[in-house]
Amino acid sequence: MTDTPAVEARNTVKTYGVGASAVNALDDVSITIAKGEFFTLLGPSGCGKTTLLRCIAGFETPTSGAILLSGRDITATPPNARPVNTVFQSYALFPHLTVAANIAFGLQMLGKSRAEVAQTVERVLALVRLESFADRLPQQLSGGQQQRVALARALAPAPQVLLLDEPLSALDLKLRKEMQSELKRLQTETGITFVFVTHDQEEALTMSNRIGVMSAGRLLQVGTPREIYDRPRNRFVADFIGETNFLVGTVVPGGVRLATGDTLAVPLNGHSGEVTLTVRPEQIRIAADGTGGTIPARVTQTTYFGTDTHYHLQLGDGSALVARLQSRAGGDDAHAQGDAVGVQIDAGTLQVLGE
Amino acid sequence: MARRRSFDVTRLPGFTAIAILAFVLLYAPIVTLVIYSFNGSSSVNLWGGFSLQWYRIAFENEAVQSAAVRSFVIAASASMIATTVATLAALGTTRRGKFPGQTIIYVMINQPLMVPEIVTAVALLIFFASIKIATGYTGLGYLILAHSAFCVPFAYLPIRARLEGMDSAMETAAADLYASPVQTFRHITLPLLMPGVLAGAMLAFVISLDDVIITEFVKSAGQDTLPTYMLGQLRRALTPEVNAISTVLLAVTIVILTAFFLMTRKRD
Repeated sequence: MTDTPAVEARNTVKTYGVGASAVNALDDVSITIAKGEFFTLLGPSGCGKTTLLRCIAGFETPTSGAILLSGRDITATPPNARPVNTVFQSYALFPHLTVAANIAFGLQMLGKSRAEVAQTVERVLALVRLESFADRLPQQLSGGQQQRVALARALAPAPQVLLLDEPLSALDLKLRKEMQSELKRLQTETGITFVFVTHDQEEALTMSNRIGVMSAGRLLQVGTPREIYDRPRNRFVADFIGETNFLVGTVVPGGVRLATGDTLAVPLNGHSGEVTLTVRPEQIRIAADGTGGTIPARVTQTTYFGTDTHYHLQLGDGSALVARLQSRAGGDDAHAQGDAVGVQIDAGTLQVLGE
Repeated sequence: MARRRSFDVTRLPGFTAIAILAFVLLYAPIVTLVIYSFNGSSSVNLWGGFSLQWYRIAFENEAVQSAAVRSFVIAASASMIATTVATLAALGTTRRGKFPGQTIIYVMINQPLMVPEIVTAVALLIFFASIKIATGYTGLGYLILAHSAFCVPFAYLPIRARLEGMDSAMETAAADLYASPVQTFRHITLPLLMPGVLAGAMLAFVISLDDVIITEFVKSAGQDTLPTYMLGQLRRALTPEVNAISTVLLAVTIVILTAFFLMTRKRD
């Protein structure tokens, strides 16, 4: 029992409305988040990720199912009795309290001694590098500073789990990058389990230990960033995270045959019949036309992105692919529009998608 | 750059004339009243030179003194009671989910705004009369209760507006930070609501201070407030003393309402 999960959701369902207009914001979601993990719930808006977070925080009560915290069923526990804290998307700082008083609030409600409160506030302010702002009011701070106060306020009571609801979405790009590494640092330093909600796939990939991808109230896939990116289990996950190519083919002995007649030796994992394959643009290589083991294609468009160049390719059956190759220093594009080329796809980089 | 509006009322014919007329109608009588409060003669419409004598007479008049004290005691008590009730009502109608009968409750809270005041006055007269007979109590309590009742909607409206404009994420955040519902109210909701509460209390105070109809019906003998005292003066020879009292009431009201506007004015 040493590795009791920090958070567990069991068959959680949250239904809004009744009868025909009822909507399942959470549709039988089960998830296990380990202690000390940086876990990200990723999905488009309306996918249920925030609802799941609010169920963990206690702001929503699941219609059915259970929420466990360190093995204890907290489904019916009110939010103020749950040892979790939230960083809100809108920050929700108390406007009538100073930065220090905002941070002290949770500790005071827990009945900590005056000395302990003062000491913790000082320590947490240092943690988010806001020592000199203790006596300011929230509206006297910039967006990035308010964000760090919100973080400090949620971290101060040393919760078992910190819930972060799209905390970086209101920040501009540069500040967001800074806060991403800041969050990662805080998580490592405090060792607190982070459950982070975002719709930004890059944010999810760079920060998380594991990612849970959600869509339409369902949890589609849980895995490390690498697993999610390299081995997406279905079309939604493959499409939502990063750029990708889809190829349709039929399972034949020894692999998948494309409509072009070429057969790719993909590991099948029990799939049969018509399947969709996915391959990331950076995994595709382009060789001279007629090279052995390549699929003949034509370059329809090239787009220069600085570090790399995108080659839009059309296969013999009309299906389209995008290959991303590193740009060549000082030279022209390796292949020009209209060139006939050979497309090389390593079977190991292909992934057969399920439903 | 200032863009020209496609519709600008100031360019309609007669705009200036109508505006001036409206302001004259609103303020000329009040200005006249204030001017004649400084009248040296004992007429309310014949000027007899500048004098403060009517203020002195009013301040030294024991009937005026006791009416003024009574007015302020009633207004202060009624506004406190009404504001407390209104705060609870506003919380009860905004800090919860939608419920059946919501509109009816809302209408019922604002009932005094819609029912003709004379009806309420007669109803209270009859109601309190039977209580007076039953208990023998004839103190100020009846007036305070009556004033509290009709002041509730005036206190309710600004408090409710403030509550509705308040981000409920504040209260969610407080609950997340281990505050019980009572602690959340005390440390977060109430401080943030305070400008609305003060505004409501001031409005209720002014409304109570000004009331004639209900007071006239409910008061027992010797329980004149300033407005009912002044009404009583109409039956005798009217002197600029009434002007002086009115001017003082006007000044008090202006001070309170200015504070009200400063308090409810949008900040940030």
